[in-house]
Amino acid sequence: MSEAKTILKTSIDLKKIRADFPILSRKVNGKSLVYFDNGATAQKPQQVIDAIDRYYKEQNANIHRGVHTLSQEITIAYENSRSTIQKHLNAAYSHEIIFTSGTTESINLVATSFGKKFISQGDEIIISEMEHHSNILPWQVVCEEKGAILKVIPINDSGELLMDEYKKLLSDRTKIVAVTHISNTLGTINPVKEIIELAHAKNIPVLIDGAQAVPHTSVDVQALDCDFYVFSGHKLFGPTGVGILYGKEKWLNELPPYQVGGGTIKTVTFEKTEYADLPLKFEAGTPHIEGGIGLAVAIDYINEIGLSKIAAYEHELLLYATEALQKIEGLRIIGTAKNKASVISFVVDGLHPFDIGTILDQLGIAVRTGHHCTQPLMQCYEIQGTVRASFAFYNTIEEIDEFIIGLNRAIKMLK
Amino acid sequence: MSIEETEQEIIEEFEIFDDWMQKYEYIIDLGKSLPIIDEKYKTGDKLIKGCQSQVWLHSELKDGKIIYTADSDAIITKGIVALMIRVLSNHTPEEIMNAKLNFIEKIGLTQHLSPTRSNGLLSMIKQMKMDALAYSSKLES
Ligand SMILES: Cc1ncc(COP(=O)(O)O)c(C=O)c1O
Repeated sequence: MSEAKTILKTSIDLKKIRADFPILSRKVNGKSLVYFDNGATAQKPQQVIDAIDRYYKEQNANIHRGVHTLSQEITIAYENSRSTIQKHLNAAYSHEIIFTSGTTESINLVATSFGKKFISQGDEIIISEMEHHSNILPWQVVCEEKGAILKVIPINDSGELLMDEYKKLLSDRTKIVAVTHISNTLGTINPVKEIIELAHAKNIPVLIDGAQAVPHTSVDVQALDCDFYVFSGHKLFGPTGVGILYGKEKWLNELPPYQVGGGTIKTVTFEKTEYADLPLKFEAGTPHIEGGIGLAVAIDYINEIGLSKIAAYEHELLLYATEALQKIEGLRIIGTAKNKASVISFVVDGLHPFDIGTILDQLGIAVRTGHHCTQPLMQCYEIQGTVRASFAFYNTIEEIDEFIIGLNRAIKMLK
Repeated sequence: MSIEETEQEIIEEFEIFDDWMQKYEYIIDLGKSLPIIDEKYKTGDKLIKGCQSQVWLHSELKDGKIIYTADSDAIITKGIVALMIRVLSNHTPEEIMNAKLNFIEKIGLTQHLSPTRSNGLLSMIKQMKMDALAYSSKLES
């Protein structure tokens, strides 16, 4: 690694970091794995794996329920995890952190509960053209049920939101704005602070889909002043099946419960139920306990490296890969925003992304191909799909070199 | 040649390749040479949707045997489609319905038939058999 290191400006202990992720030493199709599908899900450090292991070996009990020692210990550990996440997002209170199963559930929760109480016939909901299906469908359902209208912020050719169009869409009928912080397909980093300010000027709340943002950048929900911020644990080097809904206390108190059942109540009679205070009001049933605990460990892990260092390093990877890709004849990068995270989508003239992905897979290189759950965005670019490489801090310049060699080989075979 | 004999022939062809590169190069060549479906059949009702690549399949009955033509937008998918057609086309509905199609596994392409591959191949095989079933009941009546 010595040669490549010299071209890097960010000092990051790659050797140590890579050793923390056991899967990175795996062979795939006889080759060393090059994992460039971090946008789909990130790999887990040993620390997270150990935390899950420890949970089942030493700590397993149900939370918030028992008087016995194990239950009390795990309740404390689970609530400490909530506090870790609260501090990481700089939320005002830990009860503003709701554990969910992931981004998708977090958005469904807000769309359903907010829709039930605040959306009616003729109201408008604003999303953007680059949303993941998980930030389109829940709103579509609300619109269908309530006779509301979905408004879509368009993008320019580079894949940037047209802010002037956004301003025009904000109206007296707008009830909520839901946009992604970073596009999973284009890598565009959206000006979320400005988006929120513009909406707030009209007293409209904003939900930010942070699924692709939290692995790459630090998020301060109070500085952003967002009303809801959602993400998944598994893209943040934590376990699958756990995610976060941050909501301002004022909103979470206003919203009706989403799912109901054990854990969400103060008192239940057959006539009437009094719901529990936050956060339990939104956490029906036994949660993904080891998921919550593992997620906090993952957050501690990335904070130890430091998100600003991670962002700087990944930016170098992005620039290096972008430059190398641009040299390939007939290759077009989809998403060329000025402000980009380490996600690169591209198409090659005359070649199907699926074929490129298949050949790369034979070389042990994992990329994503297809529409990336953003079909409307594909329609906007008039393409079927793209090949997407998305980098994490454990990826290296050498891996990008291998990827470029593999890609050239695939193109030669397929042309 | 029976379906099994064609399968055996393909298995033997693939045995001479000693690495995946040669295998895929061969499949890609097959993909490039597949008798393309008549454009008029490349319509919605002939489309077998995969999440990633798509396959168009058309079948016709000629002298009691089914003739398949097909196309795909992805060349590797198309190459495997070409193999399927080589094996199944020009056989009676009965023979097609009973075909086991073990050769895909034997030539090391099983991963292309996994439901998660979402390339439409698995659905294509189902459709080929469905067409055979439809023709066989037509022949009986
Ligand atoms: C921007 C964005 N939003 C939402 C999601 C959905 O996340 P999950 O499947 O973890 O719920 C993803 C995942 O790909 C995403 O990239």
